Amino acid sequence: MLGLAADRLRADMNRLLAFLFHQGILDEQFLQLQQLQDESSPNFVSEVVNIYFHESEKLLRSLRSLLMDREFSDYNKMGIHLNQFMGSSSSIGANRIRNVCVAFRAASEQNNRAGCLRALELLEHEYCFLKNKLHELFQIQQQRVLAAGVRYPMQNI
Amino acid sequence: MGLKLQQSQHQHHSVAVKVNEQTGTKRGYTFIQANRAWLPKFLLLWVMVMAFLSTWIYKKMDADIKVRRKEVLSSMCDERARMLQDQFSVSVNHVHALAILISTFHYYKNPSAIDQETFAEYTARTAFERPLLSGVAYAERVVHSERGEFEKQHGWTIKTMQREPSPVRDEYAPVILSQETVSYIESLDMMSGEEDRENILRARATGKAVLTSPFRLLGSHHLGVVLTFPVYKSKLPTRPTVEERIEATAGYLGGAFDVESLVENLLGQLAGKQAILVNVYDITNSSDHLIMYGHQNQDGDLALLYESKLDFGDPFRKHTMICRYQQKAPTSWTALTTAFLFFVICLLVGYILYGAAIHIVKVEDDFHEMQELKVRAEAADVAKSQFLATVSHEIRTPMNGILGMLALLLDTDLSSTQRDYAQTAQVCGKALIALINEVLDRAKIEAGKLEMETVPFDLRSILDDVLSLFSEKSRNKGVELAVFVSDKVPEMVMGDPGRFRQIITNLVGNSVKFTERGHIFVKVHLAENTKPVVDAKVETCLNGGSDGGVPISDAHQFKTLSGYEAADERNGWDSFKHLVSYEESRYDASINMTVPGETSQSVTLMVSVEDTGIGIPLIAQDRVFMPFMQADSSTSRNYGGTGIGLSITKCLVELMGGHISFVSRPQVGSTFTFTADFGRCKKASFNDTKKSNTEDLPSSFRGLKAIVVDRKPVRAAVTRYHLKRLGMLAEVAGSVKIAASACGKNGSSCGSKIQPDIILVEKDLWLSVEDGGLSLRMLDWKQNGHAFKLPKMVLLATNITNVELEKAKAAGFVDTVIMKPMRASMVAACLQQVLGIGNKKQAGKDVQNGSLRSLLCGKKILVVDDNMVNRRVAAGALKKFGAAVECAESGKVALKLLQIPHSFDACFMDIQMPEMDGFEATRQIRMMESQANEQMNGGGIDKGFTRKGEWHVPILAMTADVIHATYDECLKCGMDGYVSKPFEEENLYQAVTKFFKV
Repeated sequence: MLGLAADRLRADMNRLLAFLFHQGILDEQFLQLQQLQDESSPNFVSEVVNIYFHESEKLLRSLRSLLMDREFSDYNKMGIHLNQFMGSSSSIGANRIRNVCVAFRAASEQNNRAGCLRALELLEHEYCFLKNKLHELFQIQQQRVLAAGVRYPMQNI
Repeated sequence: MGLKLQQSQHQHHSVAVKVNEQTGTKRGYTFIQANRAWLPKFLLLWVMVMAFLSTWIYKKMDADIKVRRKEVLSSMCDERARMLQDQFSVSVNHVHALAILISTFHYYKNPSAIDQETFAEYTARTAFERPLLSGVAYAERVVHSERGEFEKQHGWTIKTMQREPSPVRDEYAPVILSQETVSYIESLDMMSGEEDRENILRARATGKAVLTSPFRLLGSHHLGVVLTFPVYKSKLPTRPTVEERIEATAGYLGGAFDVESLVENLLGQLAGKQAILVNVYDITNSSDHLIMYGHQNQDGDLALLYESKLDFGDPFRKHTMICRYQQKAPTSWTALTTAFLFFVICLLVGYILYGAAIHIVKVEDDFHEMQELKVRAEAADVAKSQFLATVSHEIRTPMNGILGMLALLLDTDLSSTQRDYAQTAQVCGKALIALINEVLDRAKIEAGKLEMETVPFDLRSILDDVLSLFSEKSRNKGVELAVFVSDKVPEMVMGDPGRFRQIITNLVGNSVKFTERGHIFVKVHLAENTKPVVDAKVETCLNGGSDGGVPISDAHQFKTLSGYEAADERNGWDSFKHLVSYEESRYDASINMTVPGETSQSVTLMVSVEDTGIGIPLIAQDRVFMPFMQADSSTSRNYGGTGIGLSITKCLVELMGGHISFVSRPQVGSTFTFTADFGRCKKASFNDTKKSNTEDLPSSFRGLKAIVVDRKPVRAAVTRYHLKRLGMLAEVAGSVKIAASACGKNGSSCGSKIQPDIILVEKDLWLSVEDGGLSLRMLDWKQNGHAFKLPKMVLLATNITNVELEKAKAAGFVDTVIMKPMRASMVAACLQQVLGIGNKKQAGKDVQNGSLRSLLCGKKILVVDDNMVNRRVAAGALKKFGAAVECAESGKVALKLLQIPHSFDACFMDIQMPEMDGFEATRQIRMMESQANEQMNGGGIDKGFTRKGEWHVPILAMTADVIHATYDECLKCGMDGYVSKPFEEENLYQAVTKFFKV
């Protein structure tokens, strides 16, 4: 029974990953990230992703306040934030967010306030979506690790 | 081809235009084609010209005929006139003679010798001389004064023509002598008739014969003329005057010409009297022609007449004869038919020409139509191929989705039925994809879109791959699968590895499909080597094929890989052995000197795939390479497949510049042989590419010695080939005994040539040989060779059962069985396991990973990035390769950490950072370093611990956008290189190798 559950969990995870890749939400950078995880750092991925979430939320907040607070926004500062956001997104392979950032930056460079607002909303939406999906993924992974702990290691078969 | 492709992209319209262009430029229209609209007009014109011509011919001929007719007429007329004239003059002469007779005998004799009686008789008897004269009579000149005396003398009175006594006149001319025919005119006064009187006067004045104008003669009612001759009493002077003549006149002799009967007679004598009409006229009075003969108003051919002059001896009177044809000129049939026939012939000729022209036009039209259709058909063919290519491609995309989803579906929790269904669907999908790929290939080849790559690749590893692909299947069937590549074949060749693999896969796949027993053997050697092979074959034939070195237990077995008979004997040991030995000698030689073939740019390989399957039926052999054609329809039922594979293979082989052929015997097997041209690899490029393209064979077996125990020499050679690739020295022994004895002997004598590390024993041989003996041998061995490391015994097998495995273990074999088909890497893995060496590398990791690891292991690296996530990821990646990583979140922190002296080996620096960006930080670091270096050079000798001479920490930029300008800027501010931000191993490796030389 346990073995079957592990299989199912693995399948679930694969399906979820396939979905994320198919939708273009993630790209192969995420896979590379996963490859970096080994016995010495078993939670590497979730660690990095958590840092990413933390950072991103800060960035999103400041972006929103920059856009909302004043009539005349500080586009320069916004650009710096966006660059940071873009860099971290591409590091974990959050492809779609990165693309939205690019659009956002373009809008900000043109001082297009309406465009910026639209992009911000989209960015927030994408971010939430990614966050949910990744949380789901980590949950499954957790369960799998638990399930696999009971069984033989899979590699030798 | 380019044109054609272009064409097919457009549609019918452009095709039609193309056709026009083609025909227009290529040959132009012929004259006939250009004037096709004029053809009926030409015909009409021709007919008209010919009609005109024939009319002209008719007219010409008709005119000729008329001229001839006229000539005929004139000649006939002249003839008649001359005859008439002759006859007339004959008569006149005779009358002249009579006149002389009378003057002689009537007047010069006294008394007269002539009386009426004599005259009548004489004239009657000479009448034949004067056929034209109805009669002659003599009238005497009687003056009025002498009338009485005359009347008295003759006893009758002078009468007028009206038979009345003549009135008184100056002169009378009563007829005294007359021919009997005209006796009725005796005593008639000739002077009483108007014409006669005139005649008489004229005759005595001229002294010649004179004629009257024609008149109706007395007695007969025919027209006639009267001829009058004067008779003189005395002789006349030579040139008498008129008066003298009148004075001398004694009388007149006259005769009546019956011209009508005369002419009638005359014409009656001549031929063709019916053809022409003759009229004779007296034309003395030119205004009033008097007719002498013929009817005045005759019908007849009035158009044509001919006039001939008549001279009757009277200068005063003129006569003429007019002839004309009785009938109008008949229509000349010859002319008419000639002209008509000419016209008809010309008409026919014209029609034939017209028909020919029409035919030419039609044929040319058809030709153009055909040409157009041909172009269209070709376009359609290309379009078909393109369509196939496109559709196949379009199908492939969703099919991949389906297959992927099926794979995912299979990963989910399914009931066994569902799993079965899903697996079936997946298998079907895979089959469909394979089919589509084949069709796509075929279509690509047909559309001419398939291009061959030229990259260096390792032929041997590709063959190994292909073999491993089929190993499962062949093992299940119990078929032996083996590959042998001659040593002469270069390690790396230039070509299209994918296509080569496809060819081999197709051929081997076919063989696997159709083979149930025996073996499948792939052999690669240089094409030039085939020639000595043929020689060798002859040689072995001469030798009778005796083979002392190899003891044969089953005499009936064939010397092929598995012992089954093969279709093509060339792959048998007899020739193969020669090939191997030939190679060896050549190989040895080539170590020292450059092989002459090496200088040439290309190398031609000959690959043969031999199987012992069902073979190809003889009738089907000639259509093996035709697409969608299988040996027979039952084949696809039994074995599946579309039959497209071999045709693709053929195309591919031809694209590689070779050709494919096969030998096949039903129930024995088939051997497919093909040649292909590959480029030779230059040594320099070869070393670079080797890493990426080939699997690395471990080098830890180099120099090891092995004995292969196999009765079948071909198989032994294959085994030896694989061992050789691992760098091992291999010897072949025909049986365990030979091997064991060889070892034993060598083992006891210490200066042995061969001290085997491994003995590889073929399972068939081991099973057939008594195992007790073998194990005894083994024990023996163990006792004898206790001083040496014992050789390991390894079993080679295609398939093996657990029972056999146990038995093998009991017999002293090690656990590992090398399963066929053999591949160098697989053999290596097995031997590693057996010998327990060469495990330094981590299995499953690729080469670069390892080398990167070796480069970075133990190094201390600083990562500078303001972005926490990036920092973490970069650190994770570097840690993975064994580096010790420290992080700094800004340029300032990094500066602090890099204060000299420090222990970092390298620094990865993000460029875009707030406060101090990467460039600025680098500049400052470099400044610091140069200051430190100066100080060191100043009083550096005192300080004992100069690290590496100079301070220079390698700084690598980390950037997301890898533009060249950025790279230049990196170098400008003192960085050593850059890596793209999400780390790629290869990129990282390249950047790092520059300054971490091992």
